[in-house]
Amino acid sequence: MYIRSAASISPQKTFNNPLFFGEVVEYAGNRLSCIEPDYNEIIDPKLTRRMSRIIKMSVASALACLNEAEIAKPKAIVTGTAYGCLEDTGTFLTNMVEQDEEPLSPVAFVQSTHNTIGAQIALLLKCNSYNNTFVNGSISFENALLDAMMLLAENVDTVLVGGMDEITDMSYAILNRTGLYKRPPGSNLHLFKSASKGTIAGEGDAFFLLSDTASKNNLACIDAVSTFYKPADIAETSRLIESFFAAQSIKINDIDLLITGNNGDTKNDEIYLQLKQLLFDGIPSINYKNLCGEYPVSTSFALWMGANIIKSNYIPEPLNPGGGLKDKIRRVLIYNHYQNIHHSLILISSC
Amino acid sequence: MNAAVFVAGAGVISGIGNNVSECLSALGSSTAGIDRIKYLRTNHQGLLPASEVRLSNTELALLSGFSSSTSRNVMLSMIAAKEALDGSGINNLPALRTGIVSATTIGGMDKTENFFIDFAAGRSKGRLRDLIYHECGNVTVAVAEKLGIKHHVSTISTACSSSANAIMYGARLIKHNILDAVIAGGTDALTRFTLNGFNTLLILDEQYCRPFDENRRGLNLGEGAGYIVLVSERVAAALKNNPDCSLSGYCNFNDAYHQTASSPNGDGPYGAMMGALQMSGLQPKDIDYINLHGTGTQNNDSSEGAAIKRLFGPYYPKMSSTKTFTGHTLGASAGIEAVFSAMAIKEGIVYPNLRLQTPMAELPFVPETSFSRNQELKHVLSNSFGFGGNCSSLIFSKN
Repeated sequence: MYIRSAASISPQKTFNNPLFFGEVVEYAGNRLSCIEPDYNEIIDPKLTRRMSRIIKMSVASALACLNEAEIAKPKAIVTGTAYGCLEDTGTFLTNMVEQDEEPLSPVAFVQSTHNTIGAQIALLLKCNSYNNTFVNGSISFENALLDAMMLLAENVDTVLVGGMDEITDMSYAILNRTGLYKRPPGSNLHLFKSASKGTIAGEGDAFFLLSDTASKNNLACIDAVSTFYKPADIAETSRLIESFFAAQSIKINDIDLLITGNNGDTKNDEIYLQLKQLLFDGIPSINYKNLCGEYPVSTSFALWMGANIIKSNYIPEPLNPGGGLKDKIRRVLIYNHYQNIHHSLILISSC
Repeated sequence: MNAAVFVAGAGVISGIGNNVSECLSALGSSTAGIDRIKYLRTNHQGLLPASEVRLSNTELALLSGFSSSTSRNVMLSMIAAKEALDGSGINNLPALRTGIVSATTIGGMDKTENFFIDFAAGRSKGRLRDLIYHECGNVTVAVAEKLGIKHHVSTISTACSSSANAIMYGARLIKHNILDAVIAGGTDALTRFTLNGFNTLLILDEQYCRPFDENRRGLNLGEGAGYIVLVSERVAAALKNNPDCSLSGYCNFNDAYHQTASSPNGDGPYGAMMGALQMSGLQPKDIDYINLHGTGTQNNDSSEGAAIKRLFGPYYPKMSSTKTFTGHTLGASAGIEAVFSAMAIKEGIVYPNLRLQTPMAELPFVPETSFSRNQELKHVLSNSFGFGGNCSSLIFSKN
């Protein structure tokens, strides 16, 4: 399946700006926040007034993505989110506790359901098409891609796929208590410079218009998506990745660039380190979570980045210090695991 | 891509029983599960009736094999999924690619809302272990692990149509030759979050709900889980007991009208039912029974009714809302009703729409008011519509 267009709002200046790389935004704390556009230019202000931040961000990216692809109504809308609309969920829960179950405003409840974003997009576009939402932790976005692949094989010709997760003050406070983030916090640009425990909090959304039609305007082609769950050890992980390559009839050396989900936590990153020695020896690789932070659907950001790298055949300097990477990038593998529970592989290539 | 997908097993737990046979027995004796709230701690106890599973968390723990501190939603899911899997006979077949596609709208919210009582008083308060199942996906993963399912685990959340979409997605994974067998359906425990949420929308009936009645006042919430086991033709042929029915059609269609309300003409419900009919190659007259979404709200029943009138008139199949027994179990409802639909075909039975006194004046048809046996049902349509305009219909056909 082809990526006809892609749009993302992230902690970097990615919106309407595929070559954000020239200017990487630095964060001093360990919480990266999305850089949001002026919504008044994108969505009717009467509508944005009631929308929470993640709804606004996602709807804006979805509209930009469709606009870029020159598609008025996609034939399917599929979203993936681990947490859903956290801000509205937190608001309703807080009101419920503070007001002791007395009558509350329904707005936060109505907008807290996980399918709100897919629904809002359908409502704005008056789009009756297939509409589905996956809520499967850190492979929610990969589930959505798999659904899109099946839909395209079922003669649905255009599918809008998006991944989104937000971090709120409450979710940050909670996740910080679980020891997920670095203490003391450091700069995102130095995430991989010292071996220590913890990562940095991230968030974002990325939307893709996927189609079954080849065109020179397409950004890239998604060749395969695969996930696996709780591998027994590094040998099994390695074996599962090898069988992924075998199923695609390619060799590991056919990969021009590997994008891995290193997040700065020593224990987490040990898996990538071992695989680089066992499997990916000599394959040029880059990281991405120093740009967007760690969050469940971060692979949607990685896919946005990988597709733009393939299209422009260019790895910006901040990601490629010393310029040691290949000068022709035809095939990119995105490999991510989240706390060694869900692992995912997304293989993309030039069209 | 049009390969048949068979229903090899079914499992259910709801306010009317802890397994398929208990539920069928309650359906046969017109015994509703709606009652005064007993297990959920809420200020609305005694004010808002609901259909709770009649087991405490300690009792659910014994049945499910989880510890009693686990989210109630995980335990409900486990009990119904295991019944479906055990009954399917697929465990006796070697080396199948087996997956689980489960739906839920609230994940482990029953635990999260307890956490929040402390957390609201201070950000350093509340037991973090109460949040383990907050993410919907963790509910599915916990059940998948206990059932030993590794090939595919996914979770869907599209409000009240969630488990219809899980069943559809499971069927497609088989048709695309990604899996041989799938446990598909959904689960939702009753929580203060949803009870208060629906209460703020002023669509809860303070008495027992009366779907498709002229004087209906709203819905009653329920809880439970329902799963079917879908298998490919090859697996079906290898099973000791031949499956009684197949999933012959389905459609996911968005109403695109309003975040919570359904369109007055029922465009979403009409599109979903029409799409499912087209896929199965059937005409409206071929449908023998409709398991209605039938929540009992003014809006749903008139929208769903308008769509049925447009699509089926002037000849109407038998129909009823089994939410008059189980309440509206949200993310579990289409899973539970898929089980009831499959059992209707297998047993040749049609369920009553309880408490119907005055049929809706605007509709030319009346749902069934009594239980009937010895029915020859070839095709059953099951409807599920939800917030966000998500409308899905499934068709089960006798083999």
